[in-house]
Amino acid sequence: MSLPDPSFLLIQSLNGLTYAMFLFLIASGLSLIFGILGILNFAHGSFYMLGAYFTHQFVSLFVDAPGQFWWAVILGSLTVATLGVVIERFFLRHLYIREELNQLLFTYALVLILSDIARIIWGTDQFSVSRPAILKGAVEILGQYFPKYNIVIILLGPCIAFLFWFILLHTRWGRMIRAAALDREVLGSLGVNVNRLFTVVFFIGAWMAGLGGGLVSPVSAIVPGMDVEVIVNAFIVVVIGGLGSFWGTLLGSLIVGQVYALGILIFPRLSLVFIYILMAFVLIVRPWGLLGRPLQR
Amino acid sequence: MSRHRWFLILILVLIALIPLSGSRYYVFLGTDILIFGLFAVSLNLLLGYTGLVSFGQAAYFGIGAYSCALLMKRVSLVFPLAFVTAGAFGAIAALIIGFFCVRLTKIYFAMLTLAFSQIVWALAFKWNSLTGGDTGFIGIPFPQYLDSRTRYYYFTFAVVALKIINSPFGRILTTIRENPERTEFIGINVKLFQLVAFMISGFFSAIAGALFGVFNHSVFPDTLFWPASAEVLIMAILGGMYSFFGPVVGAAVLLYLRMQVATYTQYWPLILGTILAVLLFFFPGGIVGFVQTRFAVLRGSR
Repeated sequence: MSLPDPSFLLIQSLNGLTYAMFLFLIASGLSLIFGILGILNFAHGSFYMLGAYFTHQFVSLFVDAPGQFWWAVILGSLTVATLGVVIERFFLRHLYIREELNQLLFTYALVLILSDIARIIWGTDQFSVSRPAILKGAVEILGQYFPKYNIVIILLGPCIAFLFWFILLHTRWGRMIRAAALDREVLGSLGVNVNRLFTVVFFIGAWMAGLGGGLVSPVSAIVPGMDVEVIVNAFIVVVIGGLGSFWGTLLGSLIVGQVYALGILIFPRLSLVFIYILMAFVLIVRPWGLLGRPLQR
Repeated sequence: MSRHRWFLILILVLIALIPLSGSRYYVFLGTDILIFGLFAVSLNLLLGYTGLVSFGQAAYFGIGAYSCALLMKRVSLVFPLAFVTAGAFGAIAALIIGFFCVRLTKIYFAMLTLAFSQIVWALAFKWNSLTGGDTGFIGIPFPQYLDSRTRYYYFTFAVVALKIINSPFGRILTTIRENPERTEFIGINVKLFQLVAFMISGFFSAIAGALFGVFNHSVFPDTLFWPASAEVLIMAILGGMYSFFGPVVGAAVLLYLRMQVATYTQYWPLILGTILAVLLFFFPGGIVGFVQTRFAVLRGSR
């Protein structure tokens, strides 16, 4: 086997990095919801899918408006977040006291329901959203071309990550959220409205999934089934990095992105198998993930 | 208790009489229900009896289906041997996978079973030369002596009926579910029992899978994909995970509904999702649990 061209390897690795940033956006919402609410949300992939569909819908509404794409992403993801709040307030909230299995299966019921609702509204056709005008075209890197849009995504990912990190560490809301993760009863008895806090957390989590879906829409087709595909990858990310761990999620995304991008060059067929083996290996050796902490509950 | 027995025998006789109706439709549906009933019961050995939520049970079902098919077609093994070997493969896979899984609890257990089942799925999906990959493995022959829908129905019925014999093993498993620490104190090795339960469950899931593959003359990788694991979980919960036959009832209701609904609408997932949500909110004990509490209330009011 001849060694691939290094510039090609670099491009492939950058592709992996782009994918990692999408995964990071989605998985950090998943991880946040698990860390605070203790719910492993299967419907998170559905929020991502709806984010993409809503973005497509808003893009076609705002034809030729300035900043069309960005407005569509923001409004699309906020619509998803609002839907998330409705689901949390009216349904999920009543299941917090029930067994984990009930919560898990309820979010799976949501996957089934939301996927069919999307099919009813948008049909089974593929949609694509075109990139914003300034980001069309590509940049030359070592003789290879790399899309401008992907560079923005690679830069945007860490920005959003740092924003969240800042909010969690340096604001009142962030302190309360971290406190809720440790002990929700004590926090409640201190006079904090824990229910409202949970709603806010769910809103942020769903919003991030929606953002991921909106931002991915120019680079990958919007199709039914994208929900089921992404959720398993998001699970892999949070399991490898550590459920509920913020930096773990970032590390997990980077690992999974690179394994997909480079693994496909080395073992075209087995890269899919390899990623699940990695997930199983981490669970066996360190069930709480690379950067997570063992759960006490 | 004896009334319970009689009720059971009545149901078994009714099931045995289905082919006499002469309807191909009901024989087909009946075989499907028996196969998935067996699958759901073996999942429930973990879920209801041991409290372990396996989110990757489709792996053993698929291993059974693929190995029975491969042994018959590639190695030309006779059906009974291929059939039993398929079950053994399921048990061996469950032993290896279960060895790692039973060390974990709750969500981590579910995640690890999911990871392993996805490994098996990815292999079936990508290993074209062995499994036919995406296009599936087709042309699995019916063994000659079972070469009619009715005969195959009775064969499936016999296999399922054989499995459904209650044993003291089940009672120990229930104790483990209720209180793992205390069970440890009375001298039972919990992890070992969980592993044995995992193996038995894997064996019968594989048997169900083998029945399924031959019944359909084909196996596809989708049989092992994670939504298939979710579906069998739904069957068990729908019927009622705290009773032995609950999962069979769940399988029957779900498959019957799906057949009926298919003629009216293509939005089956929407209906299934709604049923599941209603069930989780209002009938956590499933159909059997609901009927049992209703009867208990009626008797109590007398």
